[in-house]
Amino acid sequence: MIFIEIISWIFIITGSLLGLAGGIGIHRFPDFYSRLHAVGITDTACAAAFLIGLAMQTGVSIASLKLLLIFIFLFFSNPTATHALANTAMLSGLKPELDKEP
Amino acid sequence: MIFSVAAFAILVTISLALARAFMGPTVYDRILAINMVGTKTVLLIAVFAVLSKRTDMIDIALTYALINFIGVVAVLKFVEQGNFYTSGEDD
Repeated sequence: MIFIEIISWIFIITGSLLGLAGGIGIHRFPDFYSRLHAVGITDTACAAAFLIGLAMQTGVSIASLKLLLIFIFLFFSNPTATHALANTAMLSGLKPELDKEP
Repeated sequence: MIFSVAAFAILVTISLALARAFMGPTVYDRILAINMVGTKTVLLIAVFAVLSKRTDMIDIALTYALINFIGVVAVLKFVEQGNFYTSGEDD
């Protein structure tokens, strides 16, 4: 079924581009909170796009069920980890760069 | 073919995150980078499992996703409190 193949390729390419955007963001942004913003969004979206694309490749089987389980877990745990990280950094007194007086 | 491109993109992303983990000025930058490396490792294992048609390896990716989340939360608790106690029990 070439149609499903093409859809899954589109998903995987989207996931690759999102992952590269997150990597460039974590490498080049100036401040911890802006890096957190770059990674927290693209990481979850990249994982979601990759896992949907891979599940389309494997078809209906036990493998796609496991991929769906990874998808559900990452979809909840990744924003939770990001929130815990931002909360801990804020409680420990790390100020955003843009919050300082110019 | 498409899986090789995807694996290459994931490896480039892991390299950029590792560079930030080595450079990072604060400890939170390093934890963020390691969290990203863990998520990308899960995706890399899943891509490799589908690429090599050994879909049993997806179990490893599932286990790695669970361990990654617990590890990040545990390291955050350690950095914030200096120990692994629950917040109720002091010293």
